[in-house]
Amino acid sequence: MSKTYHLTTPLSDEDVVQLKVGDIVYLSGIIYTARDAAHKKLIDLMDEGKELPFDIKGSVIYFVGPTPPKPGDPIGSAGPTTSYRMDSYSPRLINEMGQKGMIGKGKRNQDVIDACIKSKAVYFGATGGAGALLARQIKSAEVIAYPELGPEAIRKLEVVDFPLTVVNDTYGGDLYKIGRAKYEIKES
Amino acid sequence: MREIKYEDIVKAVKDNIIYSGTNLPKDALTALNKAYKEEESPVCKEVLRQLLKNADIAASEARPLCQDTGLAVFFVKVGEDLKVVGGTLKDAINEGTRIGYEEGYFRASTCVWNTRANLKDEIGYNLPAIIHFDLVAGDGLEIEYAAKGGGSENVSRATVLPPAAGREGIIDFVTECVSNAGPNPCPPIIVGVGIGGTFEKAAISSKHALFRTVGTTNEDATLNDMEGELMTKLNNLGIGAMGMGGRETVLGVHIEANPCHIASLPVSVNVQCHSSRHTSFKL
Repeated sequence: MSKTYHLTTPLSDEDVVQLKVGDIVYLSGIIYTARDAAHKKLIDLMDEGKELPFDIKGSVIYFVGPTPPKPGDPIGSAGPTTSYRMDSYSPRLINEMGQKGMIGKGKRNQDVIDACIKSKAVYFGATGGAGALLARQIKSAEVIAYPELGPEAIRKLEVVDFPLTVVNDTYGGDLYKIGRAKYEIKES
Repeated sequence: MREIKYEDIVKAVKDNIIYSGTNLPKDALTALNKAYKEEESPVCKEVLRQLLKNADIAASEARPLCQDTGLAVFFVKVGEDLKVVGGTLKDAINEGTRIGYEEGYFRASTCVWNTRANLKDEIGYNLPAIIHFDLVAGDGLEIEYAAKGGGSENVSRATVLPPAAGREGIIDFVTECVSNAGPNPCPPIIVGVGIGGTFEKAAISSKHALFRTVGTTNEDATLNDMEGELMTKLNNLGIGAMGMGGRETVLGVHIEANPCHIASLPVSVNVQCHSSRHTSFKL
């Protein structure tokens, strides 16, 4: 039976090791947005030995490219994008920089799953296509790096009770495999 | 010869883009409601609840349903006796797209294929639109529009099967495509299948199949039968809403078929996410 947690960023090892595949997490605090273009820039900075534009230790990165905000709003619609495009970058941020959480949708590769086990990190799924609903949980947004990337710029978001499901935990579990096996009807 | 003003086309395109980006059409809403009621998996039921609530918020507050407001795709039937005054039809559709995406606070999602630089300042906000023209008899103008997101487009596939593969080969190809896609295209999905024609004709047919109203039957009995078989097979995969494990994976399977070369059997699968933003209008 899945459990429900309320967590606040930055996340610690203790925060993430208690989480299991299928658990519901309401996340609050500061999170950062980045898609593949921004991830590539972060990795380039690491290769050059330079400092990253935000404190990544214990951080949660949200894979999202929001729509422009309407006047008076902090952000436009802001649901998750497909995560596999970040697969080649996430393991280094987790293993070398201490990133603790990722928010997206869709499958991750074995390298990401292994990094989650090795360095204790979690991949959360948010509901794709629920951008208007999810934006309500975002209280402020500020572009902190790469404004030239437009929707793909790195933003600092303040979220309250952002609704998530644990897809990959620190034990190698994968909700996409477990959930599907449970409901699959094999043909005789 | 009937004349139609360039500005009238621009306005109609703009209005339809803004409306469909914020209001989930009735067929998709009905299908999502049905999936919500019938889903046995608690985690997927919660996802479907969020999607229905999202549609509600988007419509009442005029917000984009999804941050991926898509590329603008049009199927346009132009009467041979229609003349556009004040500009070209293609320019009018692109201009309506540009204004609609910008005024609706939608995302500009077109970029250069290699540098990935956004094209909003170079070509125009979310331009160019993808437009398929068809010349027909009369003086009418019929425009079908959909906002097509990237996640579901990324799992779409086309192939050319040997004719001996037949019906079974097509069903296997579609099943394999949806199975491999798993959670990535934002299920529950609508599956468009194009059969026959040439390589590109099958692909265009699979796209056009997605414009059909969800929940309607195919007029062709053979294709309708295949759609039913595929619905069962694909829902049996257990993928569920957002791939988290459940019964409701596919809201509809729509097939369009064309005559083809004696040597070939082209097949294309175009996947549509649950946010099936489409509309049609006549001018």
